[in-house]
Amino acid sequence: MKYVLMFIETEQFARQLEEMGELEQRQAYEAVGRWFADHAEVITHHVHLAPVHTATTMRLDGAEPIVTDGPYMEGKEVVSGFAEVEVADLDEVLKLARSWPACPIVEIRPVS
Amino acid sequence: MTSPADPPAARTGESPDGDSGRVLARVLREHAGRLAASLISLLGDFSAAEDLVQDAVETALRRWPVEGVPDRPQAWLYTVARRRGLDVLRRESNYRAKLAQLRWPEPQETDDRLRLIFTCCHPALAPEARIALTLRVVCGLSVAQIAAAFVVPEATVAQRITRAKKKISQAGIPYRVPSAGELPQRLASVLSVVYLLFNEGYLSSTGERAQARDLVDDAEWLAALLVNLVPGEPEVTGLLALIRLHRARGPARFDDRGRLVLLADQDRSRWDHQAIEQAGALLTRAARAHRRPGPYQLQAAIAACHAEAPTFAATDWAQILVLYDMLAHFAPSPVTRLHRAVAVRHVHDPAVALAEVDALEHDLATYALWHATRAELLRELGQVEQARACDERALELTTNPAQQALLAERLTWT
Repeated sequence: MKYVLMFIETEQFARQLEEMGELEQRQAYEAVGRWFADHAEVITHHVHLAPVHTATTMRLDGAEPIVTDGPYMEGKEVVSGFAEVEVADLDEVLKLARSWPACPIVEIRPVS
Repeated sequence: MTSPADPPAARTGESPDGDSGRVLARVLREHAGRLAASLISLLGDFSAAEDLVQDAVETALRRWPVEGVPDRPQAWLYTVARRRGLDVLRRESNYRAKLAQLRWPEPQETDDRLRLIFTCCHPALAPEARIALTLRVVCGLSVAQIAAAFVVPEATVAQRITRAKKKISQAGIPYRVPSAGELPQRLASVLSVVYLLFNEGYLSSTGERAQARDLVDDAEWLAALLVNLVPGEPEVTGLLALIRLHRARGPARFDDRGRLVLLADQDRSRWDHQAIEQAGALLTRAARAHRRPGPYQLQAAIAACHAEAPTFAATDWAQILVLYDMLAHFAPSPVTRLHRAVAVRHVHDPAVALAEVDALEHDLATYALWHATRAELLRELGQVEQARACDERALELTTNPAQQALLAERLTWT
């Protein structure tokens, strides 16, 4: 089955990352790189999104499309990236997510 | 479930309605889960298999009270499920072919119900869905029985189950026993379902054997089944011992008018002392063999301290306080600290205990027992007016009729 893992950053996590020293930051990024390398066999695709302040949202449910600055939902938690994986079942993807070394929330959704 | 208008079951040998209901429940519990497990293995489709089991269960609940429990209930259920399956799955030629192979007696090489339990109690399902699904699939309850037990509309239960089944198939929740590495965490999810079930049944009971199915029976049965299926896990045994220790005190929990009697006032000669001794021994054996304490073993040990005390005054509160300290270490929760404060009251004094209870206000301000405990302590400290106010608040917050009656009564004579 195919699943998408949505990596979700919190304000606190972003702050911690910012406050890290250069060496610490590099180690954090390396851990993420290692995670992708370790699971390369099941990861079919992944993207890291640019920071949330670069987001633009368009609403199409009015008479005219409305373009606004920022994410579709203002909140303390924002999606920072995606990975698509192909595994046998939910337990396998949960096992994978458990070892994720970065942002503190991962939403898992099957691809329909 | 039998309604009062139904004739008593013919062949159960126990004529009163309540008893025949329990016999029915017992027989269905023994067979529904096995039937579900073998149908899932056969069809490879949890949802379709579950529908067939539910159908067989509903048919049994309708017909057995009239016709009597058949001599071979398993074969009876298989036949109904198979016939129904061939009927409703008409267009699924694949399923039909598989169902046609279904024969009894089932070769009993392995007990597949453990897989079933792990799927029903998967942490990716909503907690109330886990409970409803476990009751339905593993214990063979009907939607109506689950709804009655939890005092929610049948449509709500049906919707929970439908959603859960969709999630199982669409999110790819597997039908298997988790690997050794995942087992402790997943087992905790299973045990919490059994524990919640027990709690619900135990707290909502009114002392009368009403027509409603006794969830406590189901919880004890599930715990015993798990002890057999997952040997070597002392927490499973701890949970079983906990349930049995509480049940052993059941007969004294209500007076002859169905009112709840507090532990201090219970007639201890009405407790089942043999059951207490056996459950205590079970717990001790598990604890000694594994030396891996956990929340259920500790709660059972606390229950054993109470159950083994000859009088309320002779309760070993110092030991209970030690056990609560350990419990707070394994499973820190405001409710555990509230119970611990009661032990503090007996080991030290009400003023110290009240300070600890007051410190929990932020977490437990909407919890009836927090107010009731405060009321007790305030009363002991002579602060009658404040105690009364706490009792009133507790009364507003409790949904359990027996507890409400007890609190209401206390308000009239304090």
